[in-house]
Amino acid sequence: MHTYEPPIFELSGAGKIGAWLPETGVPETALPADLLRTDDLAGLPELSETEVVRHFTRISQRNFCIDTGMYPLGSCTMKYNPKIHEDAARMPGFAFIHPLQEDTSVQGALRLTYDLQALLAEISGFDQVCLQPAAGAQGEFAGILVFRAYHLDRGDDQRDEVLCPNSAHGTNPATAAMVGFKVVEIATDPRGNVDLADLRAKVGPRTAGLMLTNPNTLGLFDENVHEVAAIVHDAGGLMYGDGANFNAILGIVRPGDVGFDFMHYNLHKTFTTPHGGGGPGCGAVGCKTFLAPYLPGPIVVENDDQYSSFTPEKSIGRLKTFKGNFGMFVRAYTYIRMLGAAGLREISENAVLNANYLRVKLHDLYPVAYDRTCMHEVVLQGKLKGAPDIHTLDIAKRLIDFGFHPPTVYFPISVAESIMIEPTETESKRNLDAFIAAMRQIAREAVESPELLHNAPTTAPVRRLDEVGAARKPILKYDRAAINGLRGDKATTDDQLEQPTY
Amino acid sequence: MADYKTPQDLLYVKSHEWLKVEGDTATVGISDYAQHALGDIVFVELPDVGASFGAGDAFGVVESVKAASDIYLPVAGEVIAINEALLDTPETVNSDPYENGWLVKIKLAGEPAGLLDAAAYEKVVAEEASK
Repeated sequence: MHTYEPPIFELSGAGKIGAWLPETGVPETALPADLLRTDDLAGLPELSETEVVRHFTRISQRNFCIDTGMYPLGSCTMKYNPKIHEDAARMPGFAFIHPLQEDTSVQGALRLTYDLQALLAEISGFDQVCLQPAAGAQGEFAGILVFRAYHLDRGDDQRDEVLCPNSAHGTNPATAAMVGFKVVEIATDPRGNVDLADLRAKVGPRTAGLMLTNPNTLGLFDENVHEVAAIVHDAGGLMYGDGANFNAILGIVRPGDVGFDFMHYNLHKTFTTPHGGGGPGCGAVGCKTFLAPYLPGPIVVENDDQYSSFTPEKSIGRLKTFKGNFGMFVRAYTYIRMLGAAGLREISENAVLNANYLRVKLHDLYPVAYDRTCMHEVVLQGKLKGAPDIHTLDIAKRLIDFGFHPPTVYFPISVAESIMIEPTETESKRNLDAFIAAMRQIAREAVESPELLHNAPTTAPVRRLDEVGAARKPILKYDRAAINGLRGDKATTDDQLEQPTY
Repeated sequence: MADYKTPQDLLYVKSHEWLKVEGDTATVGISDYAQHALGDIVFVELPDVGASFGAGDAFGVVESVKAASDIYLPVAGEVIAINEALLDTPETVNSDPYENGWLVKIKLAGEPAGLLDAAAYEKVVAEEASK
């Protein structure tokens, strides 16, 4: 089987056409000469409708997605996205409105936005929510800008440090640095919590805040979160909650009740709007009343049953055009309303149960860095007894042969050979058992026939990629000759192109 | 357990950099254990000549397929030379971490302190490798 699908413009044939447009009744006007390209770019590909449909269908069939199998990517919450969300988002009243319409003509959409703000605030224990940020990292950016604005507004201009535990998401220190703060790393204690002694040693009058991912990237709930918050607050700092792992605690713990001042929600993770294809996402943010004047805008407010947009007086400003990724609001709202309070709690209970089921069924073969009850994800180590030459990468690649998307690997970086597995609540016991059986078989193969792991994957459309070559000698733009050199692929012109056969 | 080279004539720090002192200058690189733990190195970011750093400051980044890691200066000093060859062939850090894979040369700003000899560093490696 030919497994390589050429780019669509290599399938192009002069004069082929897939659509006929009517004669235009408007006289043709030449484009301004200074705007025309003068290079020898080939132009748009020419193909028949059949060829276009087959090309994209073939590509889509090689794509692994949550609708084709288990996707246990730790920290990413690749849960199933219910299809009813798509029905809701396609309702004409939501799908066919324009962001420049007057507020009075889109009251339904504004009400949904307002209600979603209120639902998220209730679920998380905060006073005000803004849905504008387009992704988690943008939510973090908003939060740290708000911290900065708050301190400066009080004349407190000596706070130039943000504390980040080494179990935080990688985006946390990146966010703090992006806003202009010095990042101070805090150690992890032997149980996987923030090391309180190290925190006490590093917190002080220069501390603007601490960014805590709880549960953290070890899949553990920080048992001292109240104390961490008290230490930071006593020093005049603020507590930022990274909500990327919120899926573990819905209806069980409200971050606003345990000392956080601000958090972001990944609607595209916890509240199951689609992700994994590059977006669009929604990194909504919530905060306590004292920080609300600095939130980004617009926020939707209600007066006498009329909904309107509002930007707070001391706002850090706008982060995204218009009101954010509105289609995602509809999906997240549908999810929350379908489940209700009891349903949301059940989501988290099952997510935690599934991760612990995997942990207990695998920890005799795969070391667990911190072997205590975990939350929604478990961090194993790819250090198998009797297989010194087998690494986490080999195990991950072999899982592809068993039909599973590999988990997150080599993260968190504080754990050697880490394999971070987040099954989510949407996997059945049957599927979890199949995953466990695959992992146990791989552990046996690692000892008995390690070449199976070193050569994996063997059943996927593409074999093991040369990641080192790709990083050291990247080919960053289309270059058929260079690609031929890499793949030994012959295709150079339309005539010579070997069509895929099935 | 893999056997990692730790030359006797060098000094080391827990963060896996080595230091070779020659008069008031020193050469700095990462250890054999460090290059092995990082895996195939694909990019090395080095400071400008003339930049000054305190002991323990991050002075550059070593990036492998697995991760990007800061590299720390074991002692305070001013950068007097960088290994420009690594910009094109970062894999030298993997193949020859103690000779051609050196990272920077510095003019010492003070007396080196708190460094480990080869035997002490081997203990650090043994402990970390068993984790």
